[in-house]
Amino acid sequence: MDWKIYDLEDIDNQWCPGCGDFQIMEALKKALAELELAPNQVVLHSGIGQAAKMPHFMKGNFFNGLHGRSISNATGMKAANPELTVIAIGGDGDMYGEGGNHFLHTVRRNPDITNIVHNNMVYGLTKGQASPTSSIGFRTAVQTDGVFEEPFNPVAVAIAQGATFVSRAFSGYVDETKELIKRAIRHKGYALVDIFQPCVSFNKVNTHKWFRENTYFLDEAYDPSDRDAAMRKAFERAPYPLGLLYSVEGRKTFEENLACYDEDATPLYLRERKTSAVLEFIEALA
Amino acid sequence: MNVLPRGDFRDVSLVLCGAAGQGVQTVEELLVQSLHKAGFHVFASREYMSRIRGGNNSTEIRVSRDPVNAFVDRIDLLLPLNQGVRENIRERINEGTVILGDKEELGEELSDTSGRFIDVDLLQKGRDIGGKVYVGVVAAGIVAGLFGIDKSVLYGFFEERFADREEILRKNRRAVDVGYETGGRMKEESLLEVFLPGKGSAKGTVVLTGTDAISLGAVAGGCDFVTSYPMSPATGVLTFMAEHSHRFGIAVEQAEDEIAVINLALGASYGGARPLATTSGGGLALMSEGVSLSGATELPVVIHVGQRPGPATGMATRTEQADLDLVLHMGHGEFPRAIFAPGTLEEAFYLCHRAFNLAAKYQIPVFILTDQYFLDSYYDIHPFEIGHLSIEKHLVESTVDYQRYVITEDGISPRSVPGYGKGMVGTDSHEHDADGHVQEDFHLRKAMVEKRLRKMRGLRQEAVPPTLIGPEEYENLVVAWGSTRHIVEEALERVGRDDTAVLHFAQVYPLSEDTEGYLRKARTVVAVEGNATGQLAGVIRRETGFEITERILHYTGLQISVESVIDGLRQRLS
Repeated sequence: MDWKIYDLEDIDNQWCPGCGDFQIMEALKKALAELELAPNQVVLHSGIGQAAKMPHFMKGNFFNGLHGRSISNATGMKAANPELTVIAIGGDGDMYGEGGNHFLHTVRRNPDITNIVHNNMVYGLTKGQASPTSSIGFRTAVQTDGVFEEPFNPVAVAIAQGATFVSRAFSGYVDETKELIKRAIRHKGYALVDIFQPCVSFNKVNTHKWFRENTYFLDEAYDPSDRDAAMRKAFERAPYPLGLLYSVEGRKTFEENLACYDEDATPLYLRERKTSAVLEFIEALA
Repeated sequence: MNVLPRGDFRDVSLVLCGAAGQGVQTVEELLVQSLHKAGFHVFASREYMSRIRGGNNSTEIRVSRDPVNAFVDRIDLLLPLNQGVRENIRERINEGTVILGDKEELGEELSDTSGRFIDVDLLQKGRDIGGKVYVGVVAAGIVAGLFGIDKSVLYGFFEERFADREEILRKNRRAVDVGYETGGRMKEESLLEVFLPGKGSAKGTVVLTGTDAISLGAVAGGCDFVTSYPMSPATGVLTFMAEHSHRFGIAVEQAEDEIAVINLALGASYGGARPLATTSGGGLALMSEGVSLSGATELPVVIHVGQRPGPATGMATRTEQADLDLVLHMGHGEFPRAIFAPGTLEEAFYLCHRAFNLAAKYQIPVFILTDQYFLDSYYDIHPFEIGHLSIEKHLVESTVDYQRYVITEDGISPRSVPGYGKGMVGTDSHEHDADGHVQEDFHLRKAMVEKRLRKMRGLRQEAVPPTLIGPEEYENLVVAWGSTRHIVEEALERVGRDDTAVLHFAQVYPLSEDTEGYLRKARTVVAVEGNATGQLAGVIRRETGFEITERILHYTGLQISVESVIDGLRQRLS
């Protein structure tokens, strides 16, 4: 499938020239096309932030919801119709800050969704404040003395919470990012793709050059099914490992655990429900 | 000789009280089930403390030859199973109250009340049978014997529970026997007697709680997705749905917080599910942002709110009607909504069913306001008529050029869901164009605001009109909403005035267009509400311009009683 099928005409793209978001969108479009998924079979969920504007710049069903809440929307969506490919996209502030609690519990819930997080270690849309992943000492107009909070470690947290697919990419490597997104979509269960992405306007520390110099790819010998090894990798800093850190197959998904799919895989909206079920229930009481 | 019912009453009001975790609930279930099985009409209402063990809780059980469904202060027969009877019970004891108690347990505790105390050695009897745990069953046996219920009914209760535990079953049977003997002796010794005809009059009825009625109404409305964070008193609906989720094919998930609850529900709604969120005031406050999201995205959702006293944690297990203002105004921005407040079990069922269709049709949040009193109370009713109910989906199959937010005359844009048809469905929390894409076009903004708000016209036309109870021609009108309906009705019956009617609102927003006519016809209008500021009176004034100055407001945390309404009406009606 030609990935241009995902192009949206007449759009007013609001990303800054040189922003890593363009490369992530290219990787995502290519991944979807290579998986032969038509845009109307894909649902893009996002919240608020520059990354969260993605559904307005490419084709697909989309639900651009509230700041931090999109993985909850995506989980509900997937539960209503497990036949569709559901992707929740947002930035580090959206997913790890405002949506932090939902992140923790969505990982535990294990819906079959892909969670793409543009991690640029800064707030872009609100013009340059620290994000949960900003480095210690990072100075902004608000963090005038530099960030003192310990940076949030999404990959370690996800592994600790029992995530079944945890990976990290860098937007500068479009092909590798695309491959990781494809694996994440194919994975049955919650899949995190944390993508380092330079913010050309507000993060003068973690630049394209910085990410190239401070990341490396996990080698072929690395075994992503080894949770202890994955945890050690998740704690590595500068250079950060890229690739699939951890993956386990076979855990039941959120949808599979729901009573509505006991015997029937039909999406909920297609079902004919009968009020007679209630009648039988009440008659049994009498 | 004490004879019940007393005076001209046609029912007996029995109150059980005791510490949590001491078997009071079993006694309550045993009595209510047995009395109902024997064919009496029954009503039961619980009040309890926010603790797992200890304290002192009570249940009022009214037994009647006629349908009975309202809370009264009157206690005809009090069964204090443990010491530590609380003031809210003590102040309801009067010279007509018979107290069946054990001095060994209670000491002189209730001797300073005006009630007529009959000392029964319940503790000793329990010990003789096998332990303190049988005290309640003996007490229940006394009551059942006095009401002339066949012993086999009580045996049956235990046979169901302890079919495979012969020893426990035998001891419970023995406790029932001892209770019957004791009750029989009271009759012989002319201490206490119950003359209540009408056994069999409740035949064909079922006993349901408010929680049951709400839950079953949701199922009948096609609810297939339930999310909640446990919070008294709304947890019962979550529990009911979880218990029966396999039977009805419903997705049920306990979320990490109420923000996730509403967002899971809206995601499911976007995917085509018919979601229900159930919560109480504090949880509802957390959903405020999500309710606003429902407004912007026009995604249907039904939210059940079991009210309890606030602000903040308030009184966790108590009752109030003080969240109407919150439900009416919650969520930033302006968008349509509808609010129901059922007053009877039937209304709870039918309005909950209706809520799902209404939410789907208008693509809005619909609220069901109940409260602790309503959810935890139960009485017998004839089974709901279900044949005529339908589940309306209001969904269209999308074409390639489908647009989610087409501007229409009635404000309703044909709704599709992802995967249904060849098109795509875009939805956005920002102001958006017909495709759902974010736009900062000020003309478009104005058109979209107006489109959404135009739905209020249809909602108003479809609003459930208030129910007029009493004479068509009236001088005085008593306005009530939600859970106080039966209480106000019974109060008015007892006041016995043919110039006074009740106007009960089961839909509190938007108000039906004939509301004002009812109000203007009356010389005096009195509002009865379970809050301190007259919230429904406020809505009525805003919507109709009519000001209700006479108000009976109750906000102790306990439900207003029939007697309190009678007193209030006598003071206000000339």
